[in-house]
Amino acid sequence: MSTKSDRPRVLLVDDYPDAREMYTEYLEFSGFEVVEAGNGMEALQRAIDTSPDIILMDLSLPVMDGWEATRRLKADERTASIPVVALTGHALAGISEGAKKAGCDAFVTKPCLPEDLVREIRKILDNPPSHSSTRKARRSGKYAKTS
Amino acid sequence: MPSPPAALLAVGAPRRTAVKRIGSTPYTGVPRVRVAVEQGVGEDSDHLSARVRLLEGFVGRAEISDTAQVALQWLGETAGIRQSLCLIRPEGEQSLVVVGAYGLGSAVTSYSVSLEDWSNPLVSAFNHRKELFFPAPHSSADRKRRPSTPLEDAAFHAVPLSIAGFSEEAFGLLLLGGTPALGPELHWFTTVFSQKLDQLLRQHVMAEGDRRQGRERTLLYNIINAVSDPILLTDTEGRLLIANARALTLFTASEEESEGRRGAVRMNNMLLSSALSSKAIEETGATRRELLLVNPVDGSDLVFELLSTVTEDPRQGSGVVSILRNVTDLRRASEEIEENYRKMRIAEVQARAESDRLNLIIDSVADPIVVTDAGGGTSLMNDPAERLFTIPPDASAIEQRWVQANDAHFSSFIAGMFVSADQRRVGEVLLSDPRTGEPMPVEAIAGKVLSEHGELTAVVTILHDRREALEKAKLYAQLQVAADELERKIQAATADIAQQNELLRRQAIELEQASALKSQFLANMSHEFRTPLNAMLGYTSMLLQGVAGPVEPPVKRQLGRIESNGRHLLTIINEILDISRIEAGRMPLQMATVKVPDLVSEVKAELEPIIMQRKLTVTIDVPRDLQPITSDRQKVKQILLNLLSNSLKFTHHGGVTITARRNVKDKTLTLAVTDTGIGIANADQDRIFEDFRQLDNSPTRAYGGTGLGLSICRRLAQMLDGRISVQSQVGKGSTFTLTLPTKGRK
Repeated sequence: MSTKSDRPRVLLVDDYPDAREMYTEYLEFSGFEVVEAGNGMEALQRAIDTSPDIILMDLSLPVMDGWEATRRLKADERTASIPVVALTGHALAGISEGAKKAGCDAFVTKPCLPEDLVREIRKILDNPPSHSSTRKARRSGKYAKTS
Repeated sequence: MPSPPAALLAVGAPRRTAVKRIGSTPYTGVPRVRVAVEQGVGEDSDHLSARVRLLEGFVGRAEISDTAQVALQWLGETAGIRQSLCLIRPEGEQSLVVVGAYGLGSAVTSYSVSLEDWSNPLVSAFNHRKELFFPAPHSSADRKRRPSTPLEDAAFHAVPLSIAGFSEEAFGLLLLGGTPALGPELHWFTTVFSQKLDQLLRQHVMAEGDRRQGRERTLLYNIINAVSDPILLTDTEGRLLIANARALTLFTASEEESEGRRGAVRMNNMLLSSALSSKAIEETGATRRELLLVNPVDGSDLVFELLSTVTEDPRQGSGVVSILRNVTDLRRASEEIEENYRKMRIAEVQARAESDRLNLIIDSVADPIVVTDAGGGTSLMNDPAERLFTIPPDASAIEQRWVQANDAHFSSFIAGMFVSADQRRVGEVLLSDPRTGEPMPVEAIAGKVLSEHGELTAVVTILHDRREALEKAKLYAQLQVAADELERKIQAATADIAQQNELLRRQAIELEQASALKSQFLANMSHEFRTPLNAMLGYTSMLLQGVAGPVEPPVKRQLGRIESNGRHLLTIINEILDISRIEAGRMPLQMATVKVPDLVSEVKAELEPIIMQRKLTVTIDVPRDLQPITSDRQKVKQILLNLLSNSLKFTHHGGVTITARRNVKDKTLTLAVTDTGIGIANADQDRIFEDFRQLDNSPTRAYGGTGLGLSICRRLAQMLDGRISVQSQVGKGSTFTLTLPTKGRK
């Protein structure tokens, strides 16, 4: 029920509290407003309640996993237009595909340094995906793998 | 004693050659009688009438015995001669027989006088034509001097009967009983009687001759008719004079005969005439030639041999006697014989050829062949058999014994065959090689050869040397044993292998399961590793950025160490994850068209910070028009990134060149990364692709990296049906070459 500030609001969905706290701290440090959720169900609720500008969605989640949550967000017209960036530690090829199918707009492989994540968010927010292109996957996180 | 007159018949015809006598003395009897009658003129009329009576009695008498009877009776009545006997010499006989008697018993007919009995005075009287008188005997000595006659002791005259004036023998003898001297009247009588008898005798002889001639002619005709060959007599013009029955059928035809027959007969006559006129007349003596005639009965050809002889007859002129011998059958038979002979010759030649061929065949057979005749003798054997059963000329004593032993063994086998009822017999005979004495068991196969009547004519035996077969059998048995042994071993080995295979299969399954578990475990573990590592690296980064406030330089340096070690750990975890994914088969290929120049530029761009940092030059040698390949872009890129970062890492001076070339022949693409780095010793060049392998394995090694990079590259290249190779010299540099198919399989 918080009023919408000037700062872009990020819904951060992660079941690992330390990672969630770390990203929150850094996102807030970097000028974002952060709303947190610990599972998919919670994420759906927070998305409707807070109308974030972007959603960072870990895919491995208890109660309801990230894929299902994304599908529901994209199916709900209230949340369908919010870009969803998938976050996952499973760097398997099939997972990014599954994420795209579920409606994710970008895909970031963990581990992901906080500054990398912020750069990715800014990139999407500066160049928001049009409604028609919401299903076009954006790729990221490659440096984490090859460096 | 005198007995009543009895008529005596002349027995037997006089056998005289009438023709001859007729030819030389033509008979004319009547004028002489007339002369005799004329001589009586002047005597008294009693005498005349008596003489006439006698002559009258002679007239018409054709039989000698009748005439003799009349004459003797006249003597008795006129001259008073009461006993008389008339004897005649039959033609050709050497005795006188009774033809008439007067005043003597009937027994006189058996009386005869042998003309060969020269001591008989009657014979002398007959031969010398001399009248003799025999007086009645007075003593036994007188009797002995007298001939024995039916007149017994009575005195008698013996008067020869002959024709006076002719120097001929007498033909009869008159015995006149009584002593009186013979007067002129009696001389007249003997003369007349002789003439009459002579006439009758001559007539008899003639008649006999005529009969004989007739009989002989009939006989002759019968004979020539009986001859199946035509016989004919022709005159010099070829006209038929005499022909036998067979000739008549050929050369004569009556008007009733058919036209065909008459034609045939005309033809035959023409043929005969021409044959006779052309040859027979010109040549004298018998000639022989062939004459072809037509059988008038059936029109068939008849071949005759014509034998013609010219006969000279002064009365009837020359004629030709021709005998035709039917040689049709002879000719046919001769032709048949000739044909048969020819056939026989051909058959003989064939048989010889067959026999030669058979011999050749038999000799060419390597197995000995012996033909034994029904008597048990050897009628034929081929060369191999000869070597076994005949003693060679230069044989030693021992060799001779071997051959003899062979012969004995074989003979005993054949003897068994002869007594056996079997048509065939197969047996084993133990012979010896005549040269070496080596035992030579042979299989003898004997067969009987039977004639068409089922008689045994020969036995043919083929001997087959069993040595080789036995040797083979022995070897075969050994081979069989070895084969069995081998088979047992193979079976054991196979069973063992099967067991091993089963074991291996189970182990493989277990290994696979273990491997899958391991991969799963590693995948999970790396995820679990990364989550806390993510937080650690994140906070470190945040501290370094001063998110929580300013950081003193020494602290910053220490945080930097935490960060770099954290990153290294992350790399290790990522690479372990890659390997485990590859091994678990959980890294699917995404085949697509790959533009190699773009890919190379991309790789270079991604590593640009490191390139800048290390102050090295990276040259790209890739043709812009290089054809795209089909492969997994991400994996090719990963390999290339790895190779390039490796080169950058181990190169301190100079630079790195990326070369791409398409090899049309092999349908491959080569991507080579060449550096001027530290290089790799030959001995180490294979080891660098092994897991966790860095050549400097010391804890304080100079170069970073997990040692998993090349190992992953090699695995990825294999997934893409490619390979990675290295060429390197220590201190000069290395070239890593990735070779990929231009059209990778999906």
